[in-house]
Amino acid sequence: MRRFRYYAPNSLAEASRLLRELGETASLFAGGTDLLVEIREELRTCAHVIDIKKIPDLHELSFDEERGLRVGAQTTAREIEISPVVRTRYPNLASAVAALGSIQVRNRATLVGNICRASPSADTLPPLIADGAVLTIWSEDGERSLPIERFFVGPGRTVLARGEIVAGVTIPPPRPASARIYIKHGRRKAMELATVGVAVSVDRHAGACADVRIALGAVAPTPIRALRAEAALRGNRVTPRLIAEAAEIAMSEATPISNVRASAGYRREMVGVLTRRALEAVTGAPQ
Amino acid sequence: MTRDLSITINGEEREFAVAEFRSLLDALRNEIGLTGTKKGCDVGDCGACTVILNGKPVNACLVLAVEADGGAVETIEGLQAAPDKPSPLQESFMVHGGAQCGFCTPGVIMMAKALLDDNPEPSEHDIRFALAGNICRCTGYTKIFDAVRAAADEMRKAPAP
Repeated sequence: MRRFRYYAPNSLAEASRLLRELGETASLFAGGTDLLVEIREELRTCAHVIDIKKIPDLHELSFDEERGLRVGAQTTAREIEISPVVRTRYPNLASAVAALGSIQVRNRATLVGNICRASPSADTLPPLIADGAVLTIWSEDGERSLPIERFFVGPGRTVLARGEIVAGVTIPPPRPASARIYIKHGRRKAMELATVGVAVSVDRHAGACADVRIALGAVAPTPIRALRAEAALRGNRVTPRLIAEAAEIAMSEATPISNVRASAGYRREMVGVLTRRALEAVTGAPQ
Repeated sequence: MTRDLSITINGEEREFAVAEFRSLLDALRNEIGLTGTKKGCDVGDCGACTVILNGKPVNACLVLAVEADGGAVETIEGLQAAPDKPSPLQESFMVHGGAQCGFCTPGVIMMAKALLDDNPEPSEHDIRFALAGNICRCTGYTKIFDAVRAAADEMRKAPAP
């Protein structure tokens, strides 16, 4: 284990002050399932580890019909996975967190940590983007809200300024006649990073697609929305032909790379396949 | 910097000093001398270091010892009632051939314990899902699943006192 100093501040103000004073070699530590690995494998220079688990009021997991689901920065993936309200109202997020590492990892890993790590392949990001999640970002100047899809700049990079801390994430309440799904594609079923991840959330009205959001993971430097595929669907009656067209468009919106897990061409193909399957599932179209 | 910690390990309060960057796994093995918990990958992939921290199974390699201060840790050494009295789970692993080289076994058994504590009547899927983070290179897993299933049956018949 490489050496580092450990801090356990009791408030966001103190954590933020430490981040600003200690500079580039300081990292926030919640679950540590990425951070400690990156330190140990010397992928990250980190001389100061700032544990946020002693800060009060960051362990929220609550739902109400007005605000939706609120998840604090300390709430673990496993807590979300086994939450009855998440399973019934946000099955897309429930399946995404259940596909993240092992139970041992999920007992430590946090949803907000998965967001802030900003991996293009992070499982939780496509469903959060498709559902229009909003981050609460704390700084000494106060709190600001930011739609999650505007948070990511590149692999591992976000818009956070030094001293800003994501205190939680809020997912709007599911509308009536809405449906949502996340489909992860990997080389095996467990302990796997996504080769491609596709999330679709749809609002239906009388056989038509009133609104739809399609989010793609692991096929661009950040998770992205397939905006042109969404536009092709929005307001239209959903038919197998329209679904096939939208899936084709989504393929053209992906900009995947080839790496150890898959080639760019394979990823692009799978965007088409998974987008079609996801749309069929959420619209109840004949398969 | 060194920290003075107090952790309840297998029901016994232990006080010791440890470097603040030290993992719980290294502290258990080196500072405490409990070497039943194994170090496989040291990056949270293999599950060999699974212990139960404050009631939840975790990879001890991905926990800092300092984080466990004031908490409770259960390791494989705490399972048996006495050196010659293995727990029903341990007994079942012996009877059903759930261990071959044995390196993954402490982690597998601690994860199985966490499963059965939560869910005394697991389905085949529940067992496989729970053990997804424990890698075994010998058994092919079949006999591990057999052992867990048989232990669950046994423990339901005669619940622990």
